[in-house]
Amino acid sequence: MTVQISTAAGRDRFVGSAISRVDGPAKVTGLAKYAGEFAAPDLAYGVVVSSAIAKGRIKGIDAAAAEAVPGVIKVITHENRPATSDKPEDYQDAVAPPGAPFQALASDRIVFSGQPVALVVAEDFETARYAASLVRVDYEVTAPQTDIAARTDDSYDPPMKREGIKPPPEPWGDASKAFDAAEIRVSAQYRMADEHHNPMEPHASTVVVEKDGTYTVYDKIQGVTNTHQYIGGAFGLKPEQVRVLNPYLGGGFGSGLRPQYQLFLAMLAARDLGRSVRVTLTRDQMWSFTYRSEAIQTIALGAEPNGKLTALKHDAVQGTSTYEDYQEVVVNWSGVLYECDNVALSYSLTKIDTPTPGDMRAPGAVTGVYAIETAMDELAYATGQDPIALRLKNYTDHDQTEDKPFGSKALKDCFRQGAERFGWSRRDPQPRSMREGRELVGWGMATGIWESMMMQSSAQAVLTADGRLEIGNQTGDLGTGTYTILTQIAADTLGLPLDHVTTKLGDTNLAQAPVAGGSWTAASSGTAVMKACRDIAEQAFRLARGLENSPLANVDFERVVFSNGRIEVTGDPSKSIALTDVLKASRTEKLEATGEAAPDKDFGEQYNAYTHSAIFAEVKIDEELGVVRCTRVVSAIAAGKIINLKTARSQILGGIVMGIGSALHEESMLDHRIGRFMNHNLGEYHVPVNADIHDIDVIFVDEEDKANPLGVKGLGEIGIVGVAAAISNAVFHATGKRIRHLPITIDKIVAEG
Amino acid sequence: MNRFDYVRPGTVAEAVQALGADPAARFIAGGTNLIDLMKYDVEKPGKLIDITRLPLGEIEERDGGLRIGALVTNAALAYDARIKERYPLLSSAILAGASAQLRNAASTGGNLLQRTRCYYFYDTATPCNKREPGTGCSAIGGVNRIHAILGASDQCIATHPSDMCVALAALEATVQVSGPQGDRAIPFAEFHRLPGDEPSRDTNLAPGEIIVAIDLPAQTFTTHYTYLKLRDRLSYAFALVSVAAALELDGQTIRTARLALGGVAHKPWRNGEAEALLQGQTATRKTFEAAADLILREAKPQSTNGFKIELARRAIVRGLEQAAAGTPQSQSDKRIQ
Repeated sequence: MTVQISTAAGRDRFVGSAISRVDGPAKVTGLAKYAGEFAAPDLAYGVVVSSAIAKGRIKGIDAAAAEAVPGVIKVITHENRPATSDKPEDYQDAVAPPGAPFQALASDRIVFSGQPVALVVAEDFETARYAASLVRVDYEVTAPQTDIAARTDDSYDPPMKREGIKPPPEPWGDASKAFDAAEIRVSAQYRMADEHHNPMEPHASTVVVEKDGTYTVYDKIQGVTNTHQYIGGAFGLKPEQVRVLNPYLGGGFGSGLRPQYQLFLAMLAARDLGRSVRVTLTRDQMWSFTYRSEAIQTIALGAEPNGKLTALKHDAVQGTSTYEDYQEVVVNWSGVLYECDNVALSYSLTKIDTPTPGDMRAPGAVTGVYAIETAMDELAYATGQDPIALRLKNYTDHDQTEDKPFGSKALKDCFRQGAERFGWSRRDPQPRSMREGRELVGWGMATGIWESMMMQSSAQAVLTADGRLEIGNQTGDLGTGTYTILTQIAADTLGLPLDHVTTKLGDTNLAQAPVAGGSWTAASSGTAVMKACRDIAEQAFRLARGLENSPLANVDFERVVFSNGRIEVTGDPSKSIALTDVLKASRTEKLEATGEAAPDKDFGEQYNAYTHSAIFAEVKIDEELGVVRCTRVVSAIAAGKIINLKTARSQILGGIVMGIGSALHEESMLDHRIGRFMNHNLGEYHVPVNADIHDIDVIFVDEEDKANPLGVKGLGEIGIVGVAAAISNAVFHATGKRIRHLPITIDKIVAEG
Repeated sequence: MNRFDYVRPGTVAEAVQALGADPAARFIAGGTNLIDLMKYDVEKPGKLIDITRLPLGEIEERDGGLRIGALVTNAALAYDARIKERYPLLSSAILAGASAQLRNAASTGGNLLQRTRCYYFYDTATPCNKREPGTGCSAIGGVNRIHAILGASDQCIATHPSDMCVALAALEATVQVSGPQGDRAIPFAEFHRLPGDEPSRDTNLAPGEIIVAIDLPAQTFTTHYTYLKLRDRLSYAFALVSVAAALELDGQTIRTARLALGGVAHKPWRNGEAEALLQGQTATRKTFEAAADLILREAKPQSTNGFKIELARRAIVRGLEQAAAGTPQSQSDKRIQ
């Protein structure tokens, strides 16, 4: 790393290094508490009864046997459910798509399989679970539709666009005509599988009823502010009546962006019973809400014989629920990645009887980039080009979809450094040309891309007379390292040791910040923390300069540096004063500040901001038996300034592993006859295990970006994007067979020959 | 999960007595499958009989072979020096299955009695003849890529999930059981059942009987053997197809052939005709292909598992090649040999 952007008044001592996560000891010793672990003296336990059918209505519920079990407090169904807001918009959370959000137990209608139909509340968990098994539900079944391939004719352009999701740009040029006229044409359909997030921690909510009638809510959520707003709306509560906390998450991947039904049910029961209630979902119930919906994609590329693109068409049809129009950015990436004069991109939805899909790590990009990056590999073969050379031929420093240059784009460095580390130059491009013993060896590559975003955020900071600093805001740390990087930024800004800084997150009593998602947290919360700390630095400096015989007399703020707990004159360490002495001498108990961060409008008007990556993958395939091993992945990432090399690397490693899962393993299998995901447990829904993961090498290339003062672009999503394409391209290189349907399982290799 | 009584007998006789004629009573040892089934409300035992204190945890010499107590854990069995040396096929098959944690808990007897991984069997929201006789088979025409291609019925297309049992079938082990009518020995091939019109019964254990030991015969197959398992990821997944192959060779001539398949039927699948066909033949790919074709002559695909027939054919051939070459499949190096 050579890029050095000072964090403010301080020096980069911790920022830019590999620092172990500050919340690690709490996590490995069990001190870190998760939403389903908080207790209350009067805690009751709720267990959800899930619908056996996907569509129809409840004819009757017989809860008598459940209610008769000693220890059962109440069975809540749509028949006796206490009233909540009757306005659908009151249930719309901060990231909700257009539509009427699902309300648990609202009526006798069933709109997806696994829908909650009752909540059994009991004095202990075991009783609630047993009683839940005794609830009998009589259904009137309507045939569900869950096969998007059978529903593409009914697809539509969503009339209401989802906030924050760019619809496809207007076409430019004439893609159809150019495609028809092109000398080289590549056109194919690409399929994937429905995927479920499956964080280790299942969704849970503990609602504690306080003595004064207010509620303290521990909810598995990626940002407490979203839960807070939702509860206020649904239950008609004033902000001060509810405090929401979620200090730790056992993974989220987007599944914790929206408040889910266990929160609503726990809150409903707690308010109704006037006592604290916890509801934890089972692993199989993790298949009863958000998921990554498959999109059926068609790509048509026209090119000159030298590989220069002349036409690019990318169409996607994606499934959504019957009650909301979930949308993500699937096709735009094709227009952003490559320079082409004739481009047409379309995105439509089709309604199926499943829960509303939701954001799952790099939502839309995982899907769309898989398709375009596989198609580009097909074009590389059709034109006899090296895949990197083809991408360079169509390279652009200009985002054609919005007619703006990129703020920074070090993708060429990603190609160069990634290729060098991987040994790409030793690749024989001929399919089936590389072998090792019985196994065919395949090398493939792809580009990854994600939008670099920033959200309005604030952060608070308090420096006390003992020289300790506490910072924090409402955002959540999904396990990504947010606690750690904010601690680093604060420590560097005020020149403090790491262990003098305490970071608090996930509490509505802290400074305002949005949900953690979209890879925006480092830039948003990081900048806010830096500004709060800089404010404290200025306050401390003013106090110091005003002291009698101050060593900083007649010195400007710009001339001092904060280091080792002291304010010192740059270049003259003899002139310095300890922060603790400043506060003591000025009889100041503490210094407080709030920092505000917002996207730089001028920058945003001038530039578009994306992170990029180049992924190189090696597979070894026993072709006869269809066994694919992904033996090597190199990912070179251009994502601006890297605050913590260790947590950053872990972020990318996790993304790559998830990408390997997407390419080779993950598939939620729907039985369309009953509209139900059937492999709803971690034994049968396959995520990669240790044996599936071999060498993974992460490179961060230097990239200077000025969208925010930290130079940070975000890392949460970029690690996964393009990985599936790189692997699928490697499978083609190994076997000469183009499998356009993920995951690439044994049956697909065997079926192809 | 329902409420249940819990008893912990100290002897086999007490255990048999505790079970009695109570159809709602279940033995529990490692609990690696039963507890899951209870959590899913698939099993609702009225009484759990904890047999972990019974004196069935030893591996002993017997008639030139070994007697494995029913409570020997999968891990202890796989890593036992005598098993590794004399029955490496069994050790290999055990290590191909589950995870280290599960193998530490799971017992030998329990491994024989584990239930199918059919999605519908585990999901009480769907009909299943194995779980609730007479309700129908949801897997037929449903999500069935992991289901049976051999020996299935129109009542049930589930497969037996064990890896260990496939090796035990090839080794021609004997199951020792004890019950109200006394002790008896069941040849391994007769222990598990095909679904027929009574898919709720996985085995031929009579009501009230308990497995006390598995006997391994003297014939060991220490050189020409393999356990080859094909699955949807490289570890910790049930077999789509697995092959236990054991040969005795005289030069290149096959003197004895044992072949059992996992993941393809309601029980470890053996075909005496195919084994007879191999005997006396030269160990060549052509011979192996003929045996595979014979075994799969009767194979029937379901709506989405047709690939398993071709996969099984290739797995049989490769398994026999590995066995003949004396290059058994490693269970730690995931590259297929």
